Amino acid sequence: MTNMAEDLKTEAPLAGLAPATEDRRRIDRRRSTREREKRTSDLVIYSVLAVLVVALMVPFIWMVSSSLKENNQVLTVPIQWIPSEFVWSNYTDIWTRIPMMGYLQNSLYLAVIITCLQVLTGSLAAYGFSKVRFPGRDVLFLAYIGTIAVPWQAYMVPQYIMMQNLGLTNSFNALILLQAFGAFGVFLMRQYYMTIPDELCEAARIDGLSEYGIWARVILPLSKPALASLALLTFVNTWNDYMGPFIYLTSNRLWTVQLGLRSFVGQFDAEYAMIMTGSVISVIPILAIFLVGQRYFIQGIATSGMKG
Amino acid sequence: MTTETIPSKVAPAAGRGNRKQARRNTLIGWTFILPNFLGFLAFTLIPVLAAFALSFMEWTSFTAPKWVGLANFQRMFASDSFWVALRNTVVYAIGHVPLTMALALLLAMLLNRKLKGIGFFRVAIFFPYITSLVAVAVVWNMLFSPDNGPINQFLHAIGIANAPGWTSSSDWALPAVIITSVWRDMGYYMVLYLAGLQAIPTELYEAAEVDGASAWQRFWNVTIPSLRPTTFFVVVMLTVSSFKVFDLIVVMTNGGPGRSTTVLSQLIYQEGIGEGKFGYSSAISLVLFLIVLTVTVLQFKIQQRRER
Repeated sequence: MTNMAEDLKTEAPLAGLAPATEDRRRIDRRRSTREREKRTSDLVIYSVLAVLVVALMVPFIWMVSSSLKENNQVLTVPIQWIPSEFVWSNYTDIWTRIPMMGYLQNSLYLAVIITCLQVLTGSLAAYGFSKVRFPGRDVLFLAYIGTIAVPWQAYMVPQYIMMQNLGLTNSFNALILLQAFGAFGVFLMRQYYMTIPDELCEAARIDGLSEYGIWARVILPLSKPALASLALLTFVNTWNDYMGPFIYLTSNRLWTVQLGLRSFVGQFDAEYAMIMTGSVISVIPILAIFLVGQRYFIQGIATSGMKG
Repeated sequence: MTTETIPSKVAPAAGRGNRKQARRNTLIGWTFILPNFLGFLAFTLIPVLAAFALSFMEWTSFTAPKWVGLANFQRMFASDSFWVALRNTVVYAIGHVPLTMALALLLAMLLNRKLKGIGFFRVAIFFPYITSLVAVAVVWNMLFSPDNGPINQFLHAIGIANAPGWTSSSDWALPAVIITSVWRDMGYYMVLYLAGLQAIPTELYEAAEVDGASAWQRFWNVTIPSLRPTTFFVVVMLTVSSFKVFDLIVVMTNGGPGRSTTVLSQLIYQEGIGEGKFGYSSAISLVLFLIVLTVTVLQFKIQQRRER
């Protein structure tokens, strides 16, 4: 009986809000019980998630809070989570302390070019590897997988010698050529294309579409989430790349945000607050891009093609 | 079952037509792969093969390349710093791979539900991965600060008197790096798992529930088997990235204190770029490659057998 009463209690507001669905709810009593249970468990989940997220965000809270402090207030006992006095001048001073704007532009330039090339060539190649059958295909794909397994550090010396002979060291072109045709994009896209049933392509073939047509009109529209996630991942990886620029970009005018920030840390290691300011600035652009694109990103890395 | 009917219909047209079709497919397949493959060949595959050859040569920035057979390897296996770096890399991988995978799956299962505002939690947990690496390293270095760092302040507060020295202690520097990298990477693998979870048809769960399967049974008999392709991808990527770990360590500890966090990639860099021993550094990278390749091929084989 108590169960029934609780049922009514929870149903009453719902019935008032949506009288049209009331009948169905009455009939489907089992489902409404389940919904009520779901709501209780939702509350538990929310609290768990909230605690978790706050715990995981501590480094960011710390970073932002420290970026608004004086240097000597950063490592205090007890921790000051909210600065006693907000030092906004850190955010105006940093642009003159280091050529931050130039670093940001360089990072952006590299990330955009490499991302476009990687997504285009990666999705094309992935189609060849997943939807077209031809002799030698799997061996070739194994070569791709093999090089993913080869640590980049393992062939950085031959790459460097090669770039030196091409006269491309200390230029963006070296990094673009080295990073735009990565095997990772092919692998990621192929994994996704494998989840798209071959029957879809078969049907399109019967309808008279060429393979290029199938790629452009069937597979690409279906793989928007995967394309978006590959684009975002490539962008982020390029933006965050430290060793590539470190080896190839020697002149300060070509430096990326990562190099600029690291050099700043090396030069002024006691300027905790300013270092945190630089860190925040290096993160903001990518956060903005991610927030715009995250819908595709989170929703879709490998959602099945049929369901989309 | 459905695919079997199609070949039987086409069967009478077999013979010469099939061979022509195969040649056409080869051509089409290659046109898809070529744009990526050209860049891949020139800037990845050839350097990889060159690195192989280099590891059997004596070549420094001052001398011409000379074939020396296995001399580089003999020197390496006799070298103490190689074994230290190998041990550190393996310890890092053993810590990083299972921790990241377990936490990523746990987070994905927590976040795989239709709740209002769930997107915020997903974005928040993914956020560390898109944060620039230098920023991450710098922030965690300060968090790990042995004296007044927030982490040790927290440890003191919960009653741990002898809090570890983290990045300034040779015993705790590697765990500190592992913690940082797990924190940074788990959001990315969480998204991969999330995508995998969303690709599981809900009918499977409903059917299991009708059959009276408990939540735990559903996890083991529906979730885990359905996630196999994702898990394969995650394990391969995690293992490879663990053995490649480089920039985080360079920025966070630079291998120190002493040699306590020196990893193989770093040794390659120091010997190859730092000291210009191209041949010797390539020998180390060949060993690194062989370790990673063995693990990857093994995982690939297991995956293939399961798919059958």
